Amino acid sequence: MAERPEDLNLPNAVITRIIKEALPEGVNVSKEARRAISQAASVFVLYATSCANNFAMKAKRKTLNAGDVMAAMEEMEFERFLQPLREALEAYKKGLKGKKEASEQKRKDKEKKTDAEENDKSREEETLEEEDENMEEEQEGENEGEEEVEN
Amino acid sequence: MSGNNVGEKVDANTVNSKNISLPMSRVKLIMKSSPDVSSINQDALFLTTKATELFVQHLAQCSFKKGAGREKNTLAYSDLAHVAEETETFQFLTDILPKKILARDYLRSLEERGEDGDD
Repeated sequence: MAERPEDLNLPNAVITRIIKEALPEGVNVSKEARRAISQAASVFVLYATSCANNFAMKAKRKTLNAGDVMAAMEEMEFERFLQPLREALEAYKKGLKGKKEASEQKRKDKEKKTDAEENDKSREEETLEEEDENMEEEQEGENEGEEEVEN
Repeated sequence: MSGNNVGEKVDANTVNSKNISLPMSRVKLIMKSSPDVSSINQDALFLTTKATELFVQHLAQCSFKKGAGREKNTLAYSDLAHVAEETETFQFLTDILPKKILARDYLRSLEERGEDGDD
């Protein structure tokens, strides 16, 4: 994936919504303040990642896991997040289980269909490519013709 | 006027406490931009995303509570810069939330420093 600098920002609309929900209704948040909070959030992700990565490295693991992130929160003195995080993770896992079962059923149904369609599709693509090449050649020919007329 | 908002605020926080609204794909991209991170498991990614949301809430609430714009019902950049400087857990933000000062105040402080050096 091409990495553009704006990819390292979080979506402004979502950040704005979270800020609005956190504050009493009717509070006006300046544009500058919103941008600053959004940047702060990106820095928070990097800081948390680096802390969590230290824990993983200490344990000689290459993959960051949930325990590393929780340990990072403690180290960063955001203990207040631990309980809500635990609850959210539990709910997330439950949700995933339900989704997995549903999507597996869907995939099974789809596989039957796509197998049959795939053969037709590859044939179609081949003929499309050939047509494109022909079109390009024709266009070049036309342009040359026009230039000659103008001169 | 703002008396009945207190209950709503608590509600908003509890409704949102279980699921996330920030995109995990974007958070993953930011995490991966860190050079020594090789891979992240799904639970760790979810937790970091959720923690970021809690962080945004917490930062906004702290800045508003301690900020100067409370009476005017506004949250301004200066409130954030102030809280980053004053609160220990937000100190890692001081680099990206520098306090703004007027050019003339800065020049004056430079002059004063210069005079001190001469003496």
